[in-house]
Amino acid sequence: MKLSREWLNEFTDIKADTKDYCDAMTLAGSKAEGWENVGAGISGVVVGRILEIVRHENSDHMWICTVDVGQKAALTVVTGAQNVRKGDLVPTAADRATLPGGAAVHAGKLRGVESQGLLCSLKELGLDTHDYPYAIEDGVFVLQEPCKPGDDIKEVLALNDTVVEFEITNNRADCLSVIGLARESAAVFDTALRLHKPVVRGGAGSLSDRLEIAIAEPSLCARYTAKMVRNIRVAPSPAWLRRRLRASGVRPINNIVDITNYVMLEYGQPMHAFDYACVKGGKIIVRRARSGEALKTLDDKARVLTPDMLVIADTRDPIGLAGVMGGGNSEITGRTEMIVFESANFNGTSIRRTAIALGMRTDASGRFEKGLDPMNTVPAVERACELVELLGAGEVLDGTIDAVAAEPKEVTLSLDPERINALLGTDLTRDFMAGVLGKLGFRLEGDTIHVPAFRSDIAHCADIAEEIARFYGYDRIAPTVFRGAATPGGYSPGQKFMRGISAACRGMGFFEVMTYSFGSPNAWDMIRLPADSPLRRAFVIQNPLGEDTSVMRTTALPAMLGVLGTNLAKRNMNVKLFEPATVYLPAEGQALADEQRVLVLGEYGKDADFFALKGCIEALLTGLRIKNVRFEAVSDNPSYHPGRCARISCGERPLGVMGQAHPSAAAEFGLNIPVFTAELSVSALMAGVSGEPSYVPLPRFPAITRDIAVVCDSAVTVAALTESLHEAGGDCLESCRLFDVYTGAGIPEGKRSVAFSLSMRARDQTLTDEHADEIVRLILAKLEKRHGAVIR
Amino acid sequence: MKKLLLELKDASLAAIAQADSVDALENLRVRYLGKKGELTAILKQMGALSERERPVIGQLANELRERLTGAIEARRAALSVKLLEARLRAEKIDVTIPGKPVDIGKKHPLSTVLDEVEEIFADMGFTIAEGPEIEYADYNFTKLNHGEGHPARDRQDTFYFTDDDKILLRTQTSPVQVRVMETQAPPIRVISPGRVYRKDEVDATHSPMFHQIEGLVIDKGITMGDLKGTLNTLLRKLYGERAVTRFRPHHFPFTEPSCEVDVQCFECGGRGCRVCKGEGWIEILGAGMVHPRVLEGCGIDSTAYSGFAFGVGLERLTMRRFDISDLRLIFENDVRFLNQF
Repeated sequence: MKLSREWLNEFTDIKADTKDYCDAMTLAGSKAEGWENVGAGISGVVVGRILEIVRHENSDHMWICTVDVGQKAALTVVTGAQNVRKGDLVPTAADRATLPGGAAVHAGKLRGVESQGLLCSLKELGLDTHDYPYAIEDGVFVLQEPCKPGDDIKEVLALNDTVVEFEITNNRADCLSVIGLARESAAVFDTALRLHKPVVRGGAGSLSDRLEIAIAEPSLCARYTAKMVRNIRVAPSPAWLRRRLRASGVRPINNIVDITNYVMLEYGQPMHAFDYACVKGGKIIVRRARSGEALKTLDDKARVLTPDMLVIADTRDPIGLAGVMGGGNSEITGRTEMIVFESANFNGTSIRRTAIALGMRTDASGRFEKGLDPMNTVPAVERACELVELLGAGEVLDGTIDAVAAEPKEVTLSLDPERINALLGTDLTRDFMAGVLGKLGFRLEGDTIHVPAFRSDIAHCADIAEEIARFYGYDRIAPTVFRGAATPGGYSPGQKFMRGISAACRGMGFFEVMTYSFGSPNAWDMIRLPADSPLRRAFVIQNPLGEDTSVMRTTALPAMLGVLGTNLAKRNMNVKLFEPATVYLPAEGQALADEQRVLVLGEYGKDADFFALKGCIEALLTGLRIKNVRFEAVSDNPSYHPGRCARISCGERPLGVMGQAHPSAAAEFGLNIPVFTAELSVSALMAGVSGEPSYVPLPRFPAITRDIAVVCDSAVTVAALTESLHEAGGDCLESCRLFDVYTGAGIPEGKRSVAFSLSMRARDQTLTDEHADEIVRLILAKLEKRHGAVIR
Repeated sequence: MKKLLLELKDASLAAIAQADSVDALENLRVRYLGKKGELTAILKQMGALSERERPVIGQLANELRERLTGAIEARRAALSVKLLEARLRAEKIDVTIPGKPVDIGKKHPLSTVLDEVEEIFADMGFTIAEGPEIEYADYNFTKLNHGEGHPARDRQDTFYFTDDDKILLRTQTSPVQVRVMETQAPPIRVISPGRVYRKDEVDATHSPMFHQIEGLVIDKGITMGDLKGTLNTLLRKLYGERAVTRFRPHHFPFTEPSCEVDVQCFECGGRGCRVCKGEGWIEILGAGMVHPRVLEGCGIDSTAYSGFAFGVGLERLTMRRFDISDLRLIFENDVRFLNQF
């Protein structure tokens, strides 16, 4: 909301400088976003009278003017304008004058003749023909204002106003008006508020036999007030009115349109004017649009209406889209004889939805949607008629039609200073509170507060507390530390666990990423999920921004591949990433999703391979104290390389999957190199954490190590060999470490050599070499018998 | 003979003192103390001495042997220290050569700031509450005092999953507060951080998904002064002890009185500059006293209990903290970006 301080001061007297004014209003809840001075940048421009005008000798289009600027010596000014005549009063910028936008005027020679200044056009003063319709665009602004040579042009054109831009919160529709802000300003600065009661002379006949109003949809229109004016004389509005509109960011059009806008700005009540000749049947009906009904609005666009939209209709067709925009079929024209002023109260939600559906938010709809005061319709329409008479724009008919569909109920509350002080942490007196409420237009009767109709936001004692706090000053409420029973606070076990995982991943060189929770259904195809995959059952957003963000993810693998792809495209050569991601799974018999945390890892680059990632996962699991972990080959996970994918489990509990992303899936994300990913269920990890460790005495006897290498079928897994090793080795086999896997020269086709380093130790004595050799013999026998493995 | 011994002593001690290597020292030891050494040679002549002289000279000779042995050992120790020093000098390396690379990852900048805020509140006795992101409209709106016609419910602002508009992507983390109030008796001190969703097209300052951190305190006798005290603590911990705050009235449906909290611009100290768009203040968070209607809706007696709530955008805090100018960078996850924090 743009507020002209000149207009404001018609209702109260605020003398504070603009910065102080803005600060004080902001601290009282009307946030001033900034301000600008009308005519900013203009200096040294005065009224000049053309004393003499002669052709420039060296130019076929220039003139040399002698200009009286109210000083002893007249100025010589060269101009190229063709509309200047002797005796004209024109804005004259002398040497060193400045114009809007920072332009400076300098004396200088124009084709050999010294010019001591510049005769200004509208545009050079930052104006246009909407501000001064009598002036022309291409030429000097020939003034018709009362003024004399030497007068400062800013005074003459009243370019001395300041406009403050306010951000008004949604609950304060009343402050989207000069009067509303004047009321707030007067309360802030403790000045008198001068409200004006419109006076209409009327006398141009009666409207009751000309117009009838019916509200067919009372739930969407609480009140519809109308007055009529005849003998309309459409003309430009006077300068003062145009200036106020201009300051408020509204373009002046003509007196009738300008009056409706002026009243909207002053009272906050949107108005509309219909050409009475276009109201067929002399009857205005407020009803829902019929299905398929069409209306060409004032912006010349054809609108197709639906039954949830409210229209203003005559006995046949819609003539206006209620609260949004009038219809072209009832527009005021130069031939308009008689008009109907509409001042109505429409349902805010309905107006908002109509405006959104048709993509046409207007000043009027923006006000209606916040919920307006139904008591404002009559004063507003009377103010419009008063202005008609003041401007000589027509003759007002006697009488008002005021159709009331729903009587507004007065809200009353009780003033409870104790409760208010308890809520605010203050010690304010009842008198102070009563004073604040009084200034804001509340009426106090004993302890009963009568809430004024324009304050529809006030419905509770807490609302009253805010009014008191605003005018006491939030900044004056002393900051305190709350008391009460101590609460332990801190992180839950799950939150601590997640922090631990994150720290471990970072420690191993993985960067944390954050990706969108929603994605494209195409992503399922990209990671090659079969048509019947349960992961394709997802929460689907009905009104997404686009297909790319339309389904809640059931797997975070596409997002990880996407981020890896982005990084490769940016030529980041070695990349290791992790995301603690949430997936959203539909759950049987449950309306909301089963939201699960998944740890996703992804890497590519010089050192990335299956075993690099597996090593990190093993380290992570060890660090988290997750024991009995198994990796088993999986060849049927469609998103992974069939020969390089492992299911990870802890005992019987599946933890997740890891491997090389299927090259076809990776390629979908622009990854034409091997990439390795893992997906681990955080809840499964947490459930797999073994109990608190308890100390085991350190070994007192030495260990004996033996290295063995066996040759066996390539299909025999290291896991199978290891299991047999332990089985055969018994308690004395403390550990076995794989140190070599070899195929090639010396090893038959289809076989491989696998080498282990065995560490053996007895708990209660020093192990003898003989005993160690016996263990190795047992092991080798077992390997041969079970796996056909022979010592190399 | 005594004279001979004294001469040998002077000569040998001088020679030992001058020995400049372990080898030279060893030669001296052999020369003086060896089986064929000079001291031995002298001692071999002891037989020619009288009974009276023999023990005197014997003692002298033994003293000399011990003296020489000690001197050689001392010299050897001194030489080996020198030797070690020389070797270490020769082993000098260029310490400016980089270390062997060890991978280390980083937190996402949003996590860095979130963890910090969580820690501040955990220290103040708050727990961290979590709740569903796919949520009932009832929790996201109705119980938070958003009437049926509230604009935030519009399909152009909120993502919905069902035709009846009953299930949606939460637009704020406040529904978690409702869930806490419904299940937990006061005193309540929680923060609820998490993802929220609004139908905004992606640009430098908008994203359809972003993060909020909301806080809630409910107890007997909680005042607006307490709200100010708590938020001042948060903002001073985040922005330094000298951070200047400003509370100004605002409007939120589920708090009354409501406020927005500004921090004085760090760049210009309040004079007005490009960073604060000339206002001198930077808006950081929204807050207020929990609306009695919200308390009652959650089964908390609003005449006995009061409380405050606040909410802050994590992206805004993070972008301000690290001078990040474009929100899109945050969700793009380019490692060159992530590596900067």
